[in-house]
Amino acid sequence: MENPVTLDLWSMLFVFMLATFVGFQVIQNVSRLLHTPLMSLTNAISAIAVVGSILIAGEQESRFTTILGTVAVAASMTNIVSGFLLTDRMLRMFKERGK
Amino acid sequence: MSVHYLIEINYLAAAALFILSLRWLNHPRTARRGVIAGVVAMAAAIGGTLLAPEIIGYSWIAVAFVVGTLLGIPLAMVPLTAVPQRTALSHAFGGLAAGLVGVAKYSLWMDQGQLTAFRTGAIALECLLGFLTFTGSLMAAGKLQEIVPTRPITYRNQNLVNLSLLAIAILAGVYLTIHPAYWQAFAAIIVLSLTFGVLLIIPIGGADMPTVISLLNSYAGLSAVAMGFVLQNKLLITAGALDGSSGFILSVIMCRAMNRSFTNVLFGAFGQVQARAQAGEAKTVKSATAQDVADLLTHADRVVIIPGYGMAVAQAQHRVHELYDQLTKRGVDVKFAIHPVAGRMPGHMNVLLAEAEIPYEALVEMDDINPELPQTDVALVVGANDVVNPAARHDKGSPIYGMPIIDADKAKTCVAIKRSMNPGFAGIENELYYADQTLMAFGDAKQVLGDVVKAIAGETVGVH
Repeated sequence: MENPVTLDLWSMLFVFMLATFVGFQVIQNVSRLLHTPLMSLTNAISAIAVVGSILIAGEQESRFTTILGTVAVAASMTNIVSGFLLTDRMLRMFKERGK
Repeated sequence: MSVHYLIEINYLAAAALFILSLRWLNHPRTARRGVIAGVVAMAAAIGGTLLAPEIIGYSWIAVAFVVGTLLGIPLAMVPLTAVPQRTALSHAFGGLAAGLVGVAKYSLWMDQGQLTAFRTGAIALECLLGFLTFTGSLMAAGKLQEIVPTRPITYRNQNLVNLSLLAIAILAGVYLTIHPAYWQAFAAIIVLSLTFGVLLIIPIGGADMPTVISLLNSYAGLSAVAMGFVLQNKLLITAGALDGSSGFILSVIMCRAMNRSFTNVLFGAFGQVQARAQAGEAKTVKSATAQDVADLLTHADRVVIIPGYGMAVAQAQHRVHELYDQLTKRGVDVKFAIHPVAGRMPGHMNVLLAEAEIPYEALVEMDDINPELPQTDVALVVGANDVVNPAARHDKGSPIYGMPIIDADKAKTCVAIKRSMNPGFAGIENELYYADQTLMAFGDAKQVLGDVVKAIAGETVGVH
């Protein structure tokens, strides 16, 4: 079954441009207290590369690509697990006065 | 309905949740909600992808999930002083994943005869960014862990060599776009970007690590964007762009906080010991005992503590917390002045102090605290050096000239805790220590602060 959802270069450039501007806006409002958690959270988010890696590892077109895909899934999964856990661990430490 | 539409709906929801996740980081109160949004988004994206009809076998995916989880959990449990190297390591994993997917796609499309110019160009970019982020981040992690020498390693024509390598890699990419089947050019891109990543980081000194980590963060995000172009996946492009812009903004903040440009950080080999001969004039410092410091602090109305990475090295955070408790109990107003580049990554000092249970309201940004310092009775410098060096304000010959600093010298009294009179990380002499209103408390920060806390507590016992 062919994927009916296709994209051309220009739509992708538009998505990239808009997401970059959204990123600038949102990140500029992130509390400066939280820049370290921000970085570990974005580590986890950009491990969305797992999506592409899963397809390569699952398609099993050749042994070579399956191995590459599997390593890529493992690397991304490491970032997802450690990124979210570490971010939450750090955020739990930020306490208000008297709490 | 095709299962592909279901996948797209999941991706759409994930993209929205990723944006909300970052938005909620705007305040510590809502920040943990941001993590939940991120986890839900990731689960939706992975769940959707697993439905894809192209997948014929799940065993390798399952193995990789288990391996990744087993690696990820210990990496999330590192001490907070080690978070910068953990972060660099995770940039390396991100870059590696992007690079490997690029190689796999090139090999697949090559066999199927589906290498178009556009696909090849995107793969070249993905591999270039991915592999240079991979080795560059490994080097950065090695420097932060002090496996690799932290001092800049320089040689003649270093910048020329580095830039030539990069230029050849880009030329190979352009050539490959025109002749996609010429795999030797593809192999050259991989080798050159792996090499370039190493060479880019070795001349960079430890003091520039916050900027470098942020830049590598940005590259890791951009390699995910390039992967999105290769796979025609909007979610990858969106999430990668969010990561890329985050890394970029953090690097800009870091550069501004040091009054340096990107080019200067990347090609300036900052952090070498200054060869400038000291004038040799016998300057004197006033030293103070723990008891002196305790007296000063308890008689003050306003105290500003200026922590630096030295505090973390000495593991003195918890003594700082005890001091904070003792002083606030006596009605002394205690705040912490946080310089943006204090620590080894953006925001590092805040996390270290939060771990020591300092309430976050007491952590004040440099720009907000500076106007208050002239009305401050005691500025207590713990393990900070260059960020309080007044030479940055007036000495045009100083390597840190123009860098914004915390005005510790404007407080009525300044107390600096320091192991010895050796210059700091950037190897620059600090005139603050010789100023009339400055007292030096020599010794290990943890030891000195412990003695100060004991002296303050002892005084209370004496009163009762």
